Amino acid sequence: MKIAVIGGGIVGTLIARLLSFYEADVTLIEKENDVGWGVTKANSGIIHAGYDDEPGTLRASLVVPGNEAYTQLQKDLDFPFMRVGSHVLAFNESDLKTLEELYKRGEKNGIKGMKILDREEVLSMIPKVNPDVKASLYAPSAGIVIPWRVALSASDNFVMNGGKLALGERVVDIEVSGGRVRKVITDKNEYEADVVINASGLFADEIAKMAGAESVPIHPRKGEYILLDTQEYTNYVLFPTPSHGSKGMLVVPTLSENTLIGPNAVDLPPDKKGDVSTTESGLKEVHEGAKKLIPSIKLNKVLRTFAGLRPESPQRDFFIKESEKVWGFINVAAIRSPGLTAAPAIAEYVVEELLQQRLKINLQKKREYIKSIKSIQKVSRLSIEDWAELVRKDERYGNIICVCNRVTEGEIVEAVKRGARTLDSVKFRTGAMCGPCQAARCAMKIAKIISREAGIPIEEILLNADGSNIAVGKVRP
Amino acid sequence: MERIKCVRCPLGCMLKVKVTKDGIEVEGNRCPRGEEFALQEIENPMRILTTSVRVSGGVLPLVSVKTSGAVPRDKIKELMDHIKSLEVEAPVKIGDVIEKNVLNLGVDLVATRDCDEK
Amino acid sequence: MKRVEVVVVGAGAAGMAAAKGAAENGAHVLLLDNENWVGGILQQCIHNGFGVHRYKEELTGPEFAERLKKEIPSDVEVMTGSFVHKIFPEEKKLIVISRRGIEEIHYESMVFATGAREKTFQSLLIPGTRPVGIYTAGQAQRMINIDGYLPGKRALVLGSGDVGLIMARRMHLEGMEVIGVVERLPYPGGLRRNVKQCLEDFDIPLYLSHTVVRVEGFPRLEKVIVAKVDGKFSPIPGTEKELKVDTLVVSVGLVPVKKLLAKFVDVESGILVSNSGQTSVDSIFAAGNVTTIFDLVDYVANEGEKAGKNAALYAKGKFEGKRIPVKKGEGVKVLHPKWYDPSDPLSVYLRVSRPMERAVVRIGKYEIEAEDLTPAEMVHVEIEPPCEDEIVVSVTEV
Ligand SMILES: Cc1cc2nc3c(=O)[nH]c(=O)nc-3n(C[C@H](O)[C@@H](O)[C@H](O)COP(=O)(O)OP(=O)(O)OC[C@H]3O[C@@H](n4cnc5c(N)ncnc54)[C@H](O)[C@@H]3O)c2cc1C
Ligand SMILES: Cc1cc2nc3c(=O)[nH]c(=O)nc-3n(C[C@H](O)[C@H](O)[C@H](O)COP(=O)(O)OP(=O)(O)OC[C@H]3O[C@@H](n4cnc5c(N)ncnc54)[C@H](O)[C@@H]3O)c2cc1C
Ligand code: SF4
Repeated sequence: MKIAVIGGGIVGTLIARLLSFYEADVTLIEKENDVGWGVTKANSGIIHAGYDDEPGTLRASLVVPGNEAYTQLQKDLDFPFMRVGSHVLAFNESDLKTLEELYKRGEKNGIKGMKILDREEVLSMIPKVNPDVKASLYAPSAGIVIPWRVALSASDNFVMNGGKLALGERVVDIEVSGGRVRKVITDKNEYEADVVINASGLFADEIAKMAGAESVPIHPRKGEYILLDTQEYTNYVLFPTPSHGSKGMLVVPTLSENTLIGPNAVDLPPDKKGDVSTTESGLKEVHEGAKKLIPSIKLNKVLRTFAGLRPESPQRDFFIKESEKVWGFINVAAIRSPGLTAAPAIAEYVVEELLQQRLKINLQKKREYIKSIKSIQKVSRLSIEDWAELVRKDERYGNIICVCNRVTEGEIVEAVKRGARTLDSVKFRTGAMCGPCQAARCAMKIAKIISREAGIPIEEILLNADGSNIAVGKVRP
Repeated sequence: MERIKCVRCPLGCMLKVKVTKDGIEVEGNRCPRGEEFALQEIENPMRILTTSVRVSGGVLPLVSVKTSGAVPRDKIKELMDHIKSLEVEAPVKIGDVIEKNVLNLGVDLVATRDCDEK
Repeated sequence: MKRVEVVVVGAGAAGMAAAKGAAENGAHVLLLDNENWVGGILQQCIHNGFGVHRYKEELTGPEFAERLKKEIPSDVEVMTGSFVHKIFPEEKKLIVISRRGIEEIHYESMVFATGAREKTFQSLLIPGTRPVGIYTAGQAQRMINIDGYLPGKRALVLGSGDVGLIMARRMHLEGMEVIGVVERLPYPGGLRRNVKQCLEDFDIPLYLSHTVVRVEGFPRLEKVIVAKVDGKFSPIPGTEKELKVDTLVVSVGLVPVKKLLAKFVDVESGILVSNSGQTSVDSIFAAGNVTTIFDLVDYVANEGEKAGKNAALYAKGKFEGKRIPVKKGEGVKVLHPKWYDPSDPLSVYLRVSRPMERAVVRIGKYEIEAEDLTPAEMVHVEIEPPCEDEIVVSVTEV
């Protein structure tokens, strides 16, 4: 059985990982130079509790199990994740009504531990909250995650089990004959395939069309963010009470000890799937929105700004379904928010329900496969004794390269061993270059390590995409 | 009257220079070098050039250099083109003369740092 | 575990001078730096203009570093490649990470001299894409002068501080096309001498009262949109201009690197010190750009040397610092030091809040006349005032 998974986002990598436990020949195809650089890279990073979705929708049925699955998934894949809890803040009577509805919906969806807190309780948990707050819906099961780390670990695990990873290859066509998928064609190679899983995020409609399969139109909805170099505002994820289906502007602590504010929501035409630029009005809107929750939020500690694109479709539910026109083609499309949360459950659903049950593919578990991996040690989080022990074994763990975030040469070398060839690949694996100097002091040192370890000349080292060479030539060629 | 910034040292005095029939009158200088500078700046501006020279076999790809004295400003381009063609072998010591009397300008090209052998 | 009298954190100009000052006053000194060399930022500043005050000679950055290094007594222990990870001021110890291992250092007194880092483009909230090709000036400087690589072919510089001006010239000389320098202030941010030798000499235009409002291009920078600004630095609609460049070099100021100590000592933008270099914690001294951003390395070295001397005296129980407040009066934007300790002359460094042609600088009861003051150029005055309750420093235009 030959299976091609298109798209190395959180969804595609988790599906590929699960498939790698079975006797199958699986190829994961990703157009970017690393996994996790699509929608998975730029979002709020929240593992939602799951009270937003109407019971009965596919989303509702996948979000709560997805949330629960994170406990085990973190043990297996060793990525940063913490159930910090979330508050939906209510400021008026109509908000209070909405909180009640959310609470009831959450109960129906099977969420445990939710509480509606009164003003005093909210103030004691979030001292800097807007004092006009009336109540909050507190959900202890909500968490925060570093989403690309899930994708990276899943893909590493997939490769360890013999999966084939094709990075930097764009799918340009899918060959179908006799009503079945036959081949996936990229700009560099061709892959025979009995089953094609379309997990290509924003581009899922275009991929489906290549196969002549059913598709839902997808357009990007931009969300801009400001990342602040402080965690002084809140230890919990804060939402305003939702109105008109939008979650509004949030204040989110991150696992790199920063605070994320945003996102706004601006619909873009379908031909703008690459437009992740920020705008003046958007950044203003983000700041104003965040101040409604925490009035004291200032922009004096800005680390950076960025934007992500939600893959939106007219039907608001996920579109996860085997094609009725083309046997073997499976859409995992329109994975909008809370797609991160649902992703582990989506992977399970695709493999167990769609492949095994509906397509009647009898996948056999491998006799031996690896299910849990260790990610790269973050040595600065170790105790001094453990760190010292590590340096005794390998002196490179005593060489600090990224001074802002204390990332050592040892960690960077390990990232290169695990396939990192670009600066962004090292950044997403190690947390280097994310601090207040935003790579100004360490980018070149990291480039030199990649160059030495992987044998690539400095001029050929990329920041991320092809053409993003960090140097154009030598001063004295 | 002309206003000229003295570049002999980082104090950068704003010189007020008057050209008279017997030479020039200078005001605003905090030291005598200012006057000298003003005269030169009017007749023939001179600059010290700093840049780098390629090193072979060194721990660094380049060694920083300077001209041992000021050179005419309009020779800088020609001088840079010449320097770009040079190469020295490691080790280089700070103060080493990389090339004597470059382009016959009457100044030497001098290393401003050490570069050890690899 | 290691025990020293004076530990110096950071071996740039301030730290090297501090090590010298401390050792010459009889202390057992340890000098630490994370780079594999001493000299700090000086090593990448290959242009001339260093040392005119201290050495009465115009040196390049690396030459200045070499001079200062030679002055450090040989009994100073120097550890490069050593990163100070944590400081415990109460226990007077710090933790150092290096390839040789992780070590605890116990000290009697410390000189903190970690310098400054550059403000980043990302922190300015300028909208647009996030392409390759945007570098801080110091980053571009290191890339070109030390590593020997060119960041691009056609560049614009944002910010006319000295580092920005120097980099405009450097890129021009090394064969890049530099199409201009953009500055939001109505006057240049750097020394006048640098405006002349770095821009005017090479006909590089300086756009005053302008800023960058947007960047475009992915994955490489393609366009920078600049606009005129009004008196509040807000872009004036309709004045936007599109500039095609593949490189944007950003020099918009320096930020003292103070995180390690910020929780323990009084800080404003930098670490606050007296004219003896003492912080609000008796055993901790600080000097150089981590205290305030100095124009000239000569000032940095002098302040470092003094802090080193006093740290040595403190370690031997012979120093008791006083802290008489030195306060900002009218016309003063930046003022250093925060306190006056009569055991040393009072070296005042200040930046005026706006350009002034003729002015009177008042330091307590003293008055000094000055000419041609701009915020870009630090004013330095040394006096020995009597002990008072406080000393107010002001500058009035006349
Ligand atoms: C990396 C590094 C390199 C150094 N290199 C040198 C060197 O080569 N030579 C040397 O003598 N010393 C150097 N020093 C030390 C030096 O002494 C500095 O302290 C220097 O004086 C500070 O100048 P600056 O250009 O960095 O910043 P500043 O003098 O603060 O200049 C920044 C300018 O940008 C402007 N600006 C800010 N925001 C905007 C905006 N949005 N739009 C437009 N303009 C804006 C500001 O108004 C200001 O004028 C260096 C220090 C470091 C950390
Ligand atoms: C602003 C914003 C906030 C969000 N906040 C949250 C949140 O807090 N919590 C939550 O649970 N969810 C959140 N989401 C949703 C979540 O981020 C997404 O649902 C999830 O990341 C989708 O993952 P994916 O794998 O489907 O898509 P992607 O990560 O985009 O993966 C698809 C991959 O396919 C690749 N690809 C596309 N075309 C091709 C081709 N032709 N050939 C080869 N490869 C191709 C792409 O490069 C990409 O890597 C948010 C989304 C956004 C935009
Ligand atoms: S006149 Fe003297 S003090 Fe003034 S800038 Fe020239 S050399 Fe320096």
